Amino acid sequence: MEFKFTEDNLARIEAARKKYPTALAAVMDTVYIAQEQNGYISNEVMEELANVLGIDKVNVLSVVTFYTMYHTKPMGKYHIQVCTNVSCMLRGAYELWDGVKEKLGLDHMKVSPDSRFSLEEVECMGACGYAPMIAVNEDYYENLNKEKVFEILDSLK
Amino acid sequence: MEKIVLPDIPNLNQIEVYLASGGFEPAKKAFAKTPDEIIDEVKKSGLRGRGGAAFSAGLKWSFMPKTTDKPKYLAINGDESEPGSFKDRQIFEDNPFQLIEGAIITCYAIGAKTAYLYIRGEYHKWVKIMEKAVAEAYDRGFLGGKMKETFGTEFSCELYVHKGAGAYICGEESSLMNSIEGLRGYPRIKPPFPAQRGLWGNPTTINNVETITNVPAIIKNGWEWFSSIGAPKHPGTILFGISGHVNKPGVYELPSGILLTELIYDVAGGVTGNKKIKCVIPGGSSMPPLRGDQLEGVRMDAESLKEAGSAIGTGGVMVMDEDTNLLKVLLRIAHFYHHESCGQCTPCREGTGWMEKTLHRIDEGHGTSQDLDLLINVANNIEGNTICALGDAAAWPVKFMIARFRDEFEKYVRKDISIPVLNKVHSMRSTAVPLADLRK
Ligand SMILES: Cc1cc2nc3c(=O)[nH]c(=O)nc-3n(C[C@H](O)[C@H](O)[C@H](O)COP(=O)(O)O)c2cc1C
Ligand code: SF4
Ligand code: FES
Repeated sequence: MEFKFTEDNLARIEAARKKYPTALAAVMDTVYIAQEQNGYISNEVMEELANVLGIDKVNVLSVVTFYTMYHTKPMGKYHIQVCTNVSCMLRGAYELWDGVKEKLGLDHMKVSPDSRFSLEEVECMGACGYAPMIAVNEDYYENLNKEKVFEILDSLK
Repeated sequence: MEKIVLPDIPNLNQIEVYLASGGFEPAKKAFAKTPDEIIDEVKKSGLRGRGGAAFSAGLKWSFMPKTTDKPKYLAINGDESEPGSFKDRQIFEDNPFQLIEGAIITCYAIGAKTAYLYIRGEYHKWVKIMEKAVAEAYDRGFLGGKMKETFGTEFSCELYVHKGAGAYICGEESSLMNSIEGLRGYPRIKPPFPAQRGLWGNPTTINNVETITNVPAIIKNGWEWFSSIGAPKHPGTILFGISGHVNKPGVYELPSGILLTELIYDVAGGVTGNKKIKCVIPGGSSMPPLRGDQLEGVRMDAESLKEAGSAIGTGGVMVMDEDTNLLKVLLRIAHFYHHESCGQCTPCREGTGWMEKTLHRIDEGHGTSQDLDLLINVANNIEGNTICALGDAAAWPVKFMIARFRDEFEKYVRKDISIPVLNKVHSMRSTAVPLADLRK
């Protein structure tokens, strides 16, 4: 499917471009903008992105495939991230992880058939003192237990 | 106790409050001095980097070339991805303008016209906070072209926020620069050092967020004041992020050199359920773990922790009680470094995989005592043989955890079997397709 940035987003890309001496450096900001608009980064998105910035497509691909927050496939409407690194693990993160997996019937990097949820086991999110934690899309939820996590999941429509 | 980085002033994150509490006066004071005088002041203050290596900030700044036609850069490291570290986000949230002011003074000192503040992508909320604060600073003329009027100086600088996108390795300074340039976060071979060839090949200084946030206070109160706080060889306060099995986990700003036991028992309210401590990692998961019976008298500064057989790192203290299964902890740590290895160096790419595999095998009940020696051996072969310090960061926990808790690890292995170890594991960083393949 053809992909075109919205006018607003083209303006945001232009602003990002001004932060750096090269167009290439704006690629990370631009991938975020594209992901926000399209949900994920498809081949067509990468092509248009390269066009707009005037850079080689291989540079876009190189970045998109390196950083874990860029997705090359559609994720769920609610992307659930559970940290299981040490500080969270010490405070019951694996209980959360197992509970969420079971409740959603999903495994790491899987998407529910209705596209509502996707699940990811993530590395330390910088919330270690408020462990265990999950993130839903861009929002952190901290000081959790299994009950609280289930409440959060239930509230997501 | 006076706090430097996170003062107890309500709403300090609002520019009016920051200004009312003397904000941007230190910058004015700085502009009345020469850049060399600022560098000298920071050098004498004894301020050391808060990002992990505890290197003298003033000394680092003095490496920047004085006579060059090239543009110079400051990169502020807010990648904060070291497990156990969650302190820079508190600065973004509670004291963003002091960070901005620190960036301005540092730019002036090193002659940089542009600074990038690199914030990890997961910190979306804090990226927004900092973008808003930076925009306000521009509006008020504290950044950009209007600085000349505001401060009555010839100097001006720009500050931009760069959002990362999920990669621990980008906290490593040369990888961070590649990431700002729009490349994969692969660490660069050193030398050349960033002060010679950094961002886009130009002289660059990289400092941690907390390091930079200390700068305005040093300019305001003078180096003597700063150097008299805390441990003489590592002065100032440190933001300690304490997590794991304590009653009051969180971020606490305290003078360097505080006793580790005081930090755990008094400040953080002691161990949950009044249990004994089995293990403490004092500076983020890359640092050598200490035994519970090694903690007495240990002070939280670079020199004392070195003497105790660990390191201050990011000041992220992870506390594990007597019931903790250290094999599971070490396996989780090994998994992390394997996942985050960028794969450029063979010892790191293969070694981290090998360590994870071996620990996994022990966890499945198929480990032998030789595996423990093998793990230490693999760790020793990574250490010092790689492009960047992620290799050491992966090796230390394995090496020191097993050596210091050998009795416990012996319990996890079987005495009755002896089989050769599996090898040839490749980086699990599933997104890391070699660039050569992409070009096909
Ligand atoms: C694998 C790795 C990850 C790192 N992550 C961070 C980080 O998240 N934040 C940070 O400030 N420094 C990090 N560092 C240290 C930086 O390379 C650099 O030493 C530091 O930002 C310099 O700032 P400072 O001198 O003010 O401490 C990391 C180093 C390595 C090897
Ligand atoms: S030590 Fe590891 S992370 Fe660092 S450059 Fe080498 S492979 Fe990459
Ligand atoms: S270990 Fe989970 S947020 Fe740090």
